[in-house]
Amino acid sequence: MELEVLILIPVSKPRRGATGETGLWRVERPIIDEGKCIKCWICWLYCPEEVISEGQSGFPVIDLSFCKGCGVCANVCPAKAIKMVRE
Amino acid sequence: MNMAEGEWDIITGNHAAALAAKLARVGVVAAYPITPQTTVVEYLASFVESGYMNAEYIRVESEHSAMAAVIGAAAAGARTFTATSSQGLLYMAEVLHWAAGSRTPVGMAVINRSVGPPWNIHVDHQDTMSQRDTGWLQLYVSSNQEVLDTIIMMYKVAEHPEVMLPFMVCLDAFVLSHTFMPVNVPKQEEVDDFLPPYRPRHWMLDPSDPISFGNLVFPDDEYQEMRWSIDLSMRRALEVIEEVAEEFSEKFGRYHGGAIMKYRISDADYVILTSATLASEAEVAVDMMRDEGLSIGLLKLRSFRPFPHHSIRENLQGKKGVIVIDRSISFSSGGPIGTEVRSSLYDVSGAPAVVNYITGLGGRDITYNDVIAMSKDAISRISTGRLRKPYYWHKLKQDYQRIELAEEVVS
Repeated sequence: MELEVLILIPVSKPRRGATGETGLWRVERPIIDEGKCIKCWICWLYCPEEVISEGQSGFPVIDLSFCKGCGVCANVCPAKAIKMVRE
Repeated sequence: MNMAEGEWDIITGNHAAALAAKLARVGVVAAYPITPQTTVVEYLASFVESGYMNAEYIRVESEHSAMAAVIGAAAAGARTFTATSSQGLLYMAEVLHWAAGSRTPVGMAVINRSVGPPWNIHVDHQDTMSQRDTGWLQLYVSSNQEVLDTIIMMYKVAEHPEVMLPFMVCLDAFVLSHTFMPVNVPKQEEVDDFLPPYRPRHWMLDPSDPISFGNLVFPDDEYQEMRWSIDLSMRRALEVIEEVAEEFSEKFGRYHGGAIMKYRISDADYVILTSATLASEAEVAVDMMRDEGLSIGLLKLRSFRPFPHHSIRENLQGKKGVIVIDRSISFSSGGPIGTEVRSSLYDVSGAPAVVNYITGLGGRDITYNDVIAMSKDAISRISTGRLRKPYYWHKLKQDYQRIELAEEVVS
């Protein structure tokens, strides 16, 4: 008897949030003070999650759907413009 | 360098394996050269270096990386090959699952060498038997000709669109790997005519259309179905192995069997069931015992994965007894082949008695005389009802065999 053989392969197309929104893991949220920000983009460079981008105002904005709240941006900011606030 | 295509040559099993990879037009070889590796990869390195073989040869830092490299190359559409042995295979273990799970038809020659400690590197099957559940097709062979032919055939099986699983062709250390035998080397055109280039039909890595593989799935996703799909392909491979062996025999005039090879079993009361080079010894033993008037035959198990349950039941039903000789041990359970043969036959009416022997570990020499001794012991056990144990050790040194015997008497 001929088997009907299905080959199931574990491949997927990368897409945004395929395995959930990691922002839910966050304990502390980064808040940017645009008055202090000097737009040096060091936070953008260091963010391990690549969730910092340039907003319409020209200042960095953080995508809170995926920011895990690690605080690296606040730590590296030379202008002390980022504060971590408990969720 | 071997240029004897289309002619007879006298070569080792390792040389035959390397030639098979060349003739199959393997495009990527990744290998790690340290012991327990054998000369397979040295032959391949010299083939590539001299331009005799047109392939990318990747020198990696471990067997784990060798397997990862060939999976990547296969995922990008290349026909791939590597070779390893004992501890090297075990170091690959994690990645063996990745090869099967990602459905890449990677090819590999495994030279069956015993696993340390203590270091030994002579033949037994503990290394590959311990990897039986990785999703790899596993074939055991008995001659250098069968090494070459089986590797070429298995690319066709593994790349079959309903199989898509990696394969290992297992050859006994030293007995085949380093022993010179006459081998009929096919011409490249003949092999090309038999084995078309590999074209992945299910998925392929392509930088212009990025995909990832092996990504996270949750319990409600298709993880269980993917395992079912491997099992399904494995079962389908049983039929494909037979089809490909038939086609090979028509084209090349050589037939080594499909999943099994039968020798004088149709009228036999007793059947020896074993694999690899022990099966060659068993063939001689069968002839000698037949001359004495014993009704005995041989069923050589070529394919351990997929396991040919149906053929085993069909060919052994109604026999008086089966003597299964294993060259590895699942401690306290028995020989891997013995336990599966017994499981295969359990619910068959008129199932023969199964007597399982563990022997030949670490390269202990097992000749046709040993096969005759085991067969006669089994026949005597069966005819007198002395079947107390699920398996028996053969050819332990005398003092140790005595302890084993004492345990049998007490049990």
